[in-house]
Amino acid sequence: MATSLTVNGQTHDVDLPDDVPLLWVLRDALNLTGTKYGCGVASCGACTVQIDGEAVRSCQVALADVWGEVTTIEGLGTPDTLHRLQQAWIDHQVAQCGYCQSGQIMQAASLLAENPAPSDDDIDAAMSGNICRCGTYPRIRAAIKSVTEGA
Amino acid sequence: MASIGKIARRTFLFGAVAVAGGAAFGAWYVTRPAANPLDPENGALNPFVVINADGITLIAPRAEMGQGTQTTWAALIAEELDVTLDQVRIEHGPPAQAYYNGALMAEGLPHKGYDASAFQHSLGEAMGVMGKVFSMQVTGGSTAMKDGFERMRVAGAGAREMLKAAASARLGVPVGDLTTAEGAVTAPDGTVIPYTDLAADAVQQDTGKIRLRDPSDWTILGKPQNRFDIPGKSTGTAQFGIDTRLPGMRFAAVRLSPTRAGIKSYDAFEAARMPGVDKIVEIPGGLAAIASNTWLAMKAVESVPVEWQTDAAYPATTDLMFEALETAFDAEPDSTLRSTGETAPENPHIEVEYRVPFLAHATMEPMNATAWFDGTKLRIWCGNQGPTFLRDACADAAGIDAENVEVNVTLMGGGFGRRGEFDYAVIATHVAKAVPGTPVNVVWSREEDMTHDYYRPPAIARMRGMVENGLPTHFDAAVSSPSISAQALDRWMGFAPSGPDKGIVDGIYNQPYGIPNYHVRGHKAEIAPPLGFWRSVGASYNGYFHECFMDELAHEAGADPLEMRLKLTRDEWLPAFYCLEAVRDMSGWTGQTPEGTGRGLAMVYSFGTPVAVVIEVQDVDGAVRLTGAWMAADPGIALDPSIVEAQLTGGLAYGLSAAIGEEITFADGKVEQLNYPDYEPLRMSQMPPVEVRILENQDRVNGIGEPGTPPAAPALANALFDLTGQRVRELPLKKAFTFYS
Repeated sequence: MATSLTVNGQTHDVDLPDDVPLLWVLRDALNLTGTKYGCGVASCGACTVQIDGEAVRSCQVALADVWGEVTTIEGLGTPDTLHRLQQAWIDHQVAQCGYCQSGQIMQAASLLAENPAPSDDDIDAAMSGNICRCGTYPRIRAAIKSVTEGA
Repeated sequence: MASIGKIARRTFLFGAVAVAGGAAFGAWYVTRPAANPLDPENGALNPFVVINADGITLIAPRAEMGQGTQTTWAALIAEELDVTLDQVRIEHGPPAQAYYNGALMAEGLPHKGYDASAFQHSLGEAMGVMGKVFSMQVTGGSTAMKDGFERMRVAGAGAREMLKAAASARLGVPVGDLTTAEGAVTAPDGTVIPYTDLAADAVQQDTGKIRLRDPSDWTILGKPQNRFDIPGKSTGTAQFGIDTRLPGMRFAAVRLSPTRAGIKSYDAFEAARMPGVDKIVEIPGGLAAIASNTWLAMKAVESVPVEWQTDAAYPATTDLMFEALETAFDAEPDSTLRSTGETAPENPHIEVEYRVPFLAHATMEPMNATAWFDGTKLRIWCGNQGPTFLRDACADAAGIDAENVEVNVTLMGGGFGRRGEFDYAVIATHVAKAVPGTPVNVVWSREEDMTHDYYRPPAIARMRGMVENGLPTHFDAAVSSPSISAQALDRWMGFAPSGPDKGIVDGIYNQPYGIPNYHVRGHKAEIAPPLGFWRSVGASYNGYFHECFMDELAHEAGADPLEMRLKLTRDEWLPAFYCLEAVRDMSGWTGQTPEGTGRGLAMVYSFGTPVAVVIEVQDVDGAVRLTGAWMAADPGIALDPSIVEAQLTGGLAYGLSAAIGEEITFADGKVEQLNYPDYEPLRMSQMPPVEVRILENQDRVNGIGEPGTPPAAPALANALFDLTGQRVRELPLKKAFTFYS
């Protein structure tokens, strides 16, 4: 039975069992591969997307439980119309391997939506669920700070 | 080829004695240019520069795992070709002998590195040609820039001269009167011809005599460039191996024997009937499920009742493996690569033992590969650090010739050495053979990835030292660890060199300190759990052993650890001395720290680059918080300062991550850690602010991807000693301290 899902403003009918995590719906059924698989247990943050603007780990949300409109990294901004955080990520040359960065940016976008002027500790606290094995943390901090209010 | 193998077997790790024979033999073979794997008809001026109607493409045949190597590799070509980086496309290219790594094999020479003479450097270059004989296209050992520094500028300059020769012929103007800039040739009368219009003629031209530009004339190199891969990685549009999507593609998940001993029996009847599942297939060492969705495949393969073979080819527990390391100390040393003055006497001032555990790479992107086999031709997509070896191994798995294998090297979500292996591609090949004509994206779960890594081995160091008048007089170290090279090279090339393994003592025998009595012995533990190259390899543990022990010697001698190191490096090797001075000044080092604050110093020379680090920690309500880090490094020539800074910072983070929290253990032959909650990497709240200074007091280009890692653990451990007075000689440090998170 098909489930209806709105992702990045587009409605899709997905024919997958109810318990398939949103992550694997996005990646394998909708070909939105910007959202990454890292751990499958909500421990690394690579799969972070937004549902109604709130950052969630898409590996933990079953297809049947998606409660609102989904935004992925591809919907946040595009190479031609960058979100200000994506621009900041490029300006600060943040990415190394880049695999975690979709999740990092989605988490940061959610942080700024809630708290437009986060302190350093606020940033660390909000971002510490997102692992980066390359150690890009200092540039992530700098990129986020560059777009906070008053920066 | 038999004689090549023979020479290489004799010379591989220690070329000094036999390299003359190798070079003499190699003279005719290796000086012949390797065949251009690209098509001149399609505008390939050489294996690295392709110019046609589609534009200008530079081939950067080194694996991009985040270290920025492809951008700087292209910058080397662009500097001489006279194109800007935003004018070109950068591609990895196919696996080919032309893309051999000429620097990697020189790393096997036994001199200390920092003291190498010009003769030894040329010996290293002679060893480098062996990389070509073996089609050794490898990204590793922090060698890309050493290897590419001259060759790529020559490739760029050669292509530029061919383009000028073509313009000269077309316009009837002498070559010497033509100038080049931004992808075009300009004649004295102002006529501008874009390279794209000249390439078809240029492929017929000779390069003429090439003279490389003086670094003072560089316009791209030495300046921060925008990495070409970053916009894609900031918008979710970059394609990693796991993102490969092909028409009609299916998804597969694997389940491999926990002890790598193979499968005894299984019953796939119910799993094969689960939703979306096409079939369950047996592959060497385990099972795979092929399905319409990766998660459905994972659920199906996990549900299969399996009885595994249990007899692992290595001791069943971590304790038994450490016992084998202890036993190895009783045997004759495998190597004695530093032997200056006397060994330490009985009952020295300090006699201590250090230990480090197994480590996993735990790349963010779990292992995966996509394979498509139509019965005669095999196509592979994956990230990989050694595509020529991967191609040959997949050809064997498919039962076809290597020329029928197409390897597409994708971006990779971290490598750190793990992607030098090719097990994931061989497994994908076996899965694809079960569904001929259908491409299959074969993804490992995080649990499979963590339990089927090739691990950084454990190591034990037994250290003995004496001090006098505020300085160490005796530094005596014995290190025991199993050999990584013996098994990794056997997997790569089908044979492993015998003889001493420099890797066991790399980072401890070759440190640039002038200690009068300095002895380092390596002991090879005779166990073979799955081992692989892990960022900075032997230096990852030897840097910790050496630099914590230096801290102990300083305290025993009543000396400031920084002042003592300055004295010991000044007359031994100045680039290291300058790095120490730099971190002293940057951190405002006084040797004194207030209550509740600790500072530690380490300096490790690895991959040609000295890196000094000061770490500051503070006690925050009983938890240790890292509050500052200062790094100074000298890679000789910083080809891209922004990328160099990122690599040093990232290397430090990787080392801190392991030092604080990472450990792999075995029980019943199985790895006990399954996922990040059991193998906790460094998180942002634990990462200190880092200040980096890049020095350029060496003449040659040296490594940068790895040297940031070794000083991390000792600088932190020394800071913890300063904070608490507690000397911890075992990693990870979270076993002894509570860290802020």
